[in-house]
Amino acid sequence: MSHDEEVRDARFAGRFDGDRIFKGITLGFALTVILILLLMAAGMAVEALPAMKRFGWKFVSGSDWDAVQGSFGALPYIWGSIVSSALAIIAATPLSVGTAIFITELAPRKLGGAIASLVELLAAIPSVIYGLWGVVVMAPWLQKTVEPFLIEHFGFLPLFRGPPYGVGMLAAIFIIMIMIIPIITSITKEVLLAVPQSQKEAAVALGATKWEMIRMAVLPYGRSGILGAVILGLGRAIGETMAVTMVIGNTPQISLSLLDPAYTMPSVIANEFAEATSKLHSSALMEIGLILLALTLIINITARVLIWSVTSKQSAGGRR
Amino acid sequence: MTTKIKIENLNVFFGETHAVKNVSLDIPQNRVTAIIGPSGCGKSTILRSINRMHDMIPAARVTGRIVIDTTDIYDRTSNPVLIRRRVGMVFQKPNPFPAMSIYDNVVAGYKLGGRLNRGDADEIVESSLKRVALWDEVKDRLKSNAMDLSGGQQQRLCIARTIAIKPDVILMDEPASALDPLSTLKIEELIEELKDKYTIVIVTHNMQQAARVSDDTAFFYLGELIESGGTRKIFTNPEKKQTEDYITGRFG
Amino acid sequence: MNGMRTRSIKNVGMMLLMGIATLLVLTPLILVFYQIVKMGAGSINLAFFTQIPNPPGETGGGMANGIAGSAILILMASIFGVPTGIFGALYLSEYEGNRLASVIRFSADVLSGVPSIITGLVAYTLIVVPMHGFSALAGAFALGLIMIPIVLRTTEEQLKMVPVTLREASLALGVPFWRTTLLVTLRSGMKGIVTGILLSIARVAGETAPLLFTSLGNQFWSKKLTEPMAALPLQIFSFAIAPYDDWHRLAWGGALVLVVIMFVVSLAARWFGREKSTG
Repeated sequence: MSHDEEVRDARFAGRFDGDRIFKGITLGFALTVILILLLMAAGMAVEALPAMKRFGWKFVSGSDWDAVQGSFGALPYIWGSIVSSALAIIAATPLSVGTAIFITELAPRKLGGAIASLVELLAAIPSVIYGLWGVVVMAPWLQKTVEPFLIEHFGFLPLFRGPPYGVGMLAAIFIIMIMIIPIITSITKEVLLAVPQSQKEAAVALGATKWEMIRMAVLPYGRSGILGAVILGLGRAIGETMAVTMVIGNTPQISLSLLDPAYTMPSVIANEFAEATSKLHSSALMEIGLILLALTLIINITARVLIWSVTSKQSAGGRR
Repeated sequence: MTTKIKIENLNVFFGETHAVKNVSLDIPQNRVTAIIGPSGCGKSTILRSINRMHDMIPAARVTGRIVIDTTDIYDRTSNPVLIRRRVGMVFQKPNPFPAMSIYDNVVAGYKLGGRLNRGDADEIVESSLKRVALWDEVKDRLKSNAMDLSGGQQQRLCIARTIAIKPDVILMDEPASALDPLSTLKIEELIEELKDKYTIVIVTHNMQQAARVSDDTAFFYLGELIESGGTRKIFTNPEKKQTEDYITGRFG
Repeated sequence: MNGMRTRSIKNVGMMLLMGIATLLVLTPLILVFYQIVKMGAGSINLAFFTQIPNPPGETGGGMANGIAGSAILILMASIFGVPTGIFGALYLSEYEGNRLASVIRFSADVLSGVPSIITGLVAYTLIVVPMHGFSALAGAFALGLIMIPIVLRTTEEQLKMVPVTLREASLALGVPFWRTTLLVTLRSGMKGIVTGILLSIARVAGETAPLLFTSLGNQFWSKKLTEPMAALPLQIFSFAIAPYDDWHRLAWGGALVLVVIMFVVSLAARWFGREKSTG
């Protein structure tokens, strides 16, 4: 066989078959990511169907949760999740952004680097360990020191009424804050580092003080990125399970007082799912899971789109 | 003089960009053909069409024919993997496989292709390295990492790796542009020696080099073939004004 | 000038605020770290690593079954999650540019933001229900699901950093594309990929929520993978919320062990990553 014939005859050996099979295999594995998301949504929807049929919209508006009577209303959990995440994110944002600015703009390089790595290290500590610390160390401290103080001086506000339990909404907010601050801080730090030196120099050249430079040049430039970081932090906060479960007091009630025990969506799933005996009970918990999934998907997609739009804008600008 | 590679009406597009425009060129067997022209004139693009390297770029589109011997390499039934075993390629920057030893780099084509015959390997390594005059320099450290070699040695190793798979055409894309003058000289001598067995196509932006190593020269400008012929004639008595301007350095 | 004076006062004031914010952030974080080390160190002894937990009220005992269980769960999760992540990443990096790849990339990012308790629910519906019981397999499946997007994205980043010239060198030698991808591209990116795998292991090692109703936990040694299995984070959880001081002690010991393991794994990951840049 001549060289030429060999080239022709082997046309289905080598590249054509192997490459096609290879592409198929890798595509198959890559598609599992989409498959998992679809299975997640579909599987949970199917499991949640009995509860949806039985309670309809009352599921999200009702606040009666009684496994024995077979009556399920999820409002206290939705309330608990939203209040704890929202207040935690409101408190965590300025602290995180402040820390990120301190690391990138104010601290000497070495100190800033050390703080940044410490923050990153602490972002990796598992939720259950924060929960352990929260329940053994923080909650007693809140009960003995912080809450009596708040009751004495701010007890006239509905926010701080009732006895000091230690565990409760306030403890949950604190622990969520502690856990999401490292995340928001490290992403914000990256965003601030990406601010071009020329922007800062332009501000300084106009005679701006350091703070004015940060306000005029750094923060506006990084605004969408920081917003993305905060929204990602919100996603984490609302899905945070173990630590919250351990310190929130696990009582399904809607109370204005931050000192009262409360409950969140992930916590009720964590506490009750393994022991749910009736079909309706586990279906109700699945529906809570579905609501939680929908919320986190919306939050995450928003954050990703925001971050993507920023990064693509930056790279498009860089090419010019 | 037999024609080894016949390029007919070759066009290459990258998306909207028309990089190579209707080029027809005959490349003779067992000679060195140089492709010259200012940067961005499509030199490398043409070279890379001869072993179908554009296949990897989704936006690239090739029309026209390239016939090697009697095989139309862009025919639907042609297999690029087998074409590349006949048409070797040496790149601008020496690119030995960093995780492999000198020995393994020489037989990389067989090894990575999964068709290495243990018994033949030693023989292939020795003859290939001797062919590129690297054997005496590395025979005592064949198992050491290829990245320990100097740039010029690495490039000769890459040539050894290419001739190890027994191609009949070798494409060289500015093979000496990243090397020092002494290593460049060695590569040029090597090209001279290799042409008895191989058909060599070399892209170079260095006109002295083209004049030194090549038998034939093709001058390209903005994706078009302006002029081709014997190197001596192109360099001493070009027909086209553009060629003359480029050769004499009057190009803006 | 008066304006300049207010401006610089404001400047100093804001600088001070940033510093205070940093202190406020660092204090609890350092406190957590300090207490894990202090409380944990006091409760770790040989028995901690060799014995299983004693019944409630009795002192002593250890978390040997939890440590072993975590190791087994992580191993099984890796067997399932790592290849899926790596092969998926090969698709994304080698056939990038098509719309499907972007959709997959986006899905992976979204998936990595799904709360881990949801992953547990999914593993429950897909494994526990059909198999009629809680099992180590279900737990490993849940952990594997968490690993996939992490491994996928870090691997993709690494593969994209492999120089095109290496792929071309291999292709030009007449090596088929799929062999080039596996033997040249993947191998060249291996160090970075190992870093990504180690980081994903460090991440799932501390996961508790997805195990609650999959692996469930076990007071004793598990004999089969189809049985409930203990895991270190699960034990920390159940011991932390129990009303016994001695169990709290064990929980702190578990926390320290877990943190040390994660720390070592992360260090190993960084070490691998660093090797690459110097070598």
